[in-house]
Formats: sequence, structure tokens, C-alpha cells
Amino acid sequence: MMEAVIIGVGLHPFGRFPGKSAMDMGTEATRLALADAGVTWPQVQAGYVGSLEVANPDAIIGRLGLTGIPLRGVFNGCATSGTALSMAARAIETGEHDITVAIGLDKHPRGAFAADPSVAGIPNWYGQTGLFITTHFFGMKINRYMHDHGITEATLAKVAAKNFRNASLNDKAWRRTPLSEQEILASPVLNHPLRQFMYCGPDEGAAAIVLCRADQAHKYTSTPIRVRAGVLRSRRLGAFEVQSPAFPVGEHAPSPTVDASRAAYEAAGIGPEDVDVAQLQDTDSGSEIIHMAENGLCKDGEQERLIAEGATEIGGRLPVNTDGGLLGNGEPIGASGLRQIHELVHQLRGSAGARQVAGTPRVGYAHLYGAPGVSAVTILST
Amino acid sequence: MTAPKPVAEDLFTWPSDEPRLIGSECADCSLISFPATDHCVRCGGSDARRRLLSNRGTLWTFTTQGFRPPSPPYDATDLDSFEPYSVGYIDLPGEVVVEARLTEPDPAKLAIGRPMRMVVTPYTVAEDGTETLTFAFAPEDDAAEEA
Repeated sequence: MMEAVIIGVGLHPFGRFPGKSAMDMGTEATRLALADAGVTWPQVQAGYVGSLEVANPDAIIGRLGLTGIPLRGVFNGCATSGTALSMAARAIETGEHDITVAIGLDKHPRGAFAADPSVAGIPNWYGQTGLFITTHFFGMKINRYMHDHGITEATLAKVAAKNFRNASLNDKAWRRTPLSEQEILASPVLNHPLRQFMYCGPDEGAAAIVLCRADQAHKYTSTPIRVRAGVLRSRRLGAFEVQSPAFPVGEHAPSPTVDASRAAYEAAGIGPEDVDVAQLQDTDSGSEIIHMAENGLCKDGEQERLIAEGATEIGGRLPVNTDGGLLGNGEPIGASGLRQIHELVHQLRGSAGARQVAGTPRVGYAHLYGAPGVSAVTILST
Repeated sequence: MTAPKPVAEDLFTWPSDEPRLIGSECADCSLISFPATDHCVRCGGSDARRRLLSNRGTLWTFTTQGFRPPSPPYDATDLDSFEPYSVGYIDLPGEVVVEARLTEPDPAKLAIGRPMRMVVTPYTVAEDGTETLTFAFAPEDDAAEEA
């Protein structure tokens, strides 16, 4: 099987851009990625485009050039970008195409995501009575996790402080003002035990990735980044998942994160001990803590010590969310995962500037999780 | 003003002195589901019978809702009078772990493992004074006092 490698990455800043459309941001990100790869749009043979707010994100072809290629819209909630990248890689691995793109773009209104429960196949009463709110789930999952594994509120604050500190080193991040742990712990509780400054917010932005066949990469770059695995898994019966009016007693299954992670390590022939830098879905600071264990990077409960020791800092032995994560960048749903990939590619190339992790990182790990219980894991290596 | 009305049919027994949630049990593999459904997510069967769920369980986890949820879909008339509430998952032994609003808004008064009892309570009042009812769980001691 042919291997797919990343030869170009492009990122439109994340934040709020009044008067600028998601399509404009996506176009800019794509042009940046093409320039980074040294590829022109007519050389691109296929692509996958993800967005929540834009109904036909494939219409971006009208901005990039009407070349007639198959440009497919994809969507998997917060895991959308994982699907876009996996499919763009798969199109090369199968031998169908030589050069492909993955693009993500979104522009969300302010405030918590509001939707009708019918989008998740749930009856109306669930929304009418104030249960259809994803942030509840994150509060409830970390509350239970803290009870079971001895994670403290101080650690929730440490994670958020780290991600805002990392974002302050990233000129494309949204929340670039560092916040102290005290400031974070002084912000209002939104969903016990999670406070305002422990949550990411929906925002705007775009990202794009250009891939090609490994055997042609030398034409474009001296530092191709290999796509070693791209896996998507949905929830199994018995998993404790977002937007669940109930779950069965006596049927226990791990989060789809665990399933996706195990399958990705196996496909890549890489283990968690090999990961040099990780991007984990930090919808809130509790999620980052739980996801460290669900992705095999530590055991349940070890996070308390690891985070206290600074292991997940840029200078630590397991840097997590070096670009500020979702907390620092916000979440344009369609683009969020490609933002993770953009950062990992720069880390593995050694071009992450002030955010560059120590040594010579060889393996990068990206993880997404979202409604309705879906997770994507991508493993990259030099 | 009319009599209080449940937020949905086929959700809990009402009117009732001891209201119960209406779940379903798969005729093929016995999986219990809530809300009631004819379709089984375990075996794929499409034959199920209605089954009333236990009105007592233990608190599996909980959180608070500190800000008014976006409307729609939230349809309470408390635009100017929103009061924070709690939600949790209650383990109904041998049946299902169900998500519900909790009657106790203070997280300091809630604890994982605490015994809970189901109640029916108004979550909103229309302009004409008509209450809309939903199910909620109360700490067992509070529920006993109310009874």
C-alpha cells in the first residue's frame, strides 16, 4: 500500500472575524497550505472539506479554481477534521490519487452551541427541560472521574493555565492572554466543578493540509510528515457518552476515544510510550485530563502527579496542546482537528518556534472527541 | 389556568401518587431502555414492551447548570427569573442509569452514591399560570420530607 505524507499545512487564525465568511477563511488557509507545499491548486486531484455552519463546504472550489475534481463534504461533529484528513490520506493509500487536500472551516455564533435534540435523534422534552446541553456531560464526566481517581480542582486550573500560556506563544490563537490558576479558580462555575475559564468557546477559523504519495514527496519537501494512522470510532453500548438520556446498567464499554486510540496505535505500529507530542480534545480542562488516560498516555489517576510535575508543559516529557488547544484557540468545529495537525506538523518539522518541544520529536498524536459520542485519532511521524 | 400538564406523553405515569418513568424492555434480549423505544440498540430487535422503571436509585454523577440554557430548545418562561439547577445520572439498580434534573441545586448538598427518589415537578409556568411538569430526582431525605 502507498503511504500518504503531509507536505503542506495552512492555518487561518482562530477567533472572531466580523464580516469575514468561513469560506474566505477556508480559502486563505488552503492557499497557505498549497504555498507551504509548493503545489498549485490545479495539481490537487481530490479533497475533503468539513464544516458545521456551511452547508456545502465543497463550494469552496468556486474560490480555489473550477478544476472539476471530486471535493467531498464530510461531517462528524467535533471529529470532522479527523475524517477529512483520514479520507484524504486514504485516497492516496489506495492509489486513487497522488495529491489530495483536507480542509476545515467554520464560523459559529457566540455562546453555547444550541441545537434541537432531533439532530441527535432525541425527543423534544430533553431539550425543553434543559437537559440538551453538551457542557453538562463534561461537568458530569469529570465530577465522576475526580471522585474515582483523586483528581483535584487545582489540577483543573493548572491545565487551563497551561493552555492559555501556550496560546500566548501562538499568534494565530484566539485567547492569547495568560491567566493565573487563581484567576481561573475565581471565574464563575458554569457546570460544577467546571468554571468559565476551564471551557473552550465556539469561534471562527480554518485550516488546510496538503498530502501526497510518499514516493513523490521529495519533489516538494525535505521534511515530509508521515500519516501513520487515522481512525474514527463511534460509541458502543454501555459507554458514558454525551447526549444520552440513559445508559444501560451492567454493560460497560470504554469511550470511543479508547477504541479509536487502540486501533490507531495498532495500525501505526506505534505505542503510547513513543508519543513525543500530543494534541488532545480539551473542550474543557477536565476533558484533557481524562483524555490523557483514555489515549493510553498515562494510567487513570496519574494525571494529578504528571501535571503537578509539569510533564504536559512544552518543556515536559509529554507536551500536550502546545498551541493552546481548544481552550486557547476556541473551536470552529470543522477546522479544530486540522489546527491540531498543523501544530503537530510544525513540531515534527522542528519549526514551531517559541512553542518547539525539546529534543527531536518523531511521533505526534492528535485526538478529537465530540457529539454524539465519536472520536478520531491521527498518528503522525517523521 | 388549566391543570398542570406533563412535558410529554409516554414519559412518566401521570397523574399518579407514585409516578414512575416509562421505559421499555426488548422482547428479544431484555435490554431496558429509556425513553421507551421499540428499537433495541443491543440486538437490533424491534419488538419491545413498555416497562415502568424503579423510582429509587443512587446518584452516579451530577453537575450544575449555572446559566440559562439556549432557547430553543429550552422552553421555560424564566427569561428574567432563571434559577440555576442541577442535573445528574441516577443508577436504577438492575435497570438503567437515567439522566434527570435534580431538585437540589446546591452541589455541596449532593454526593455521588447518595440515595435518590423520583418526583414530578413543574419546571416552568405559563403566563396563565399553567404549570408544565417534568420528572426529577430528589435526595431521599428531601423526598421523604416532602411526602
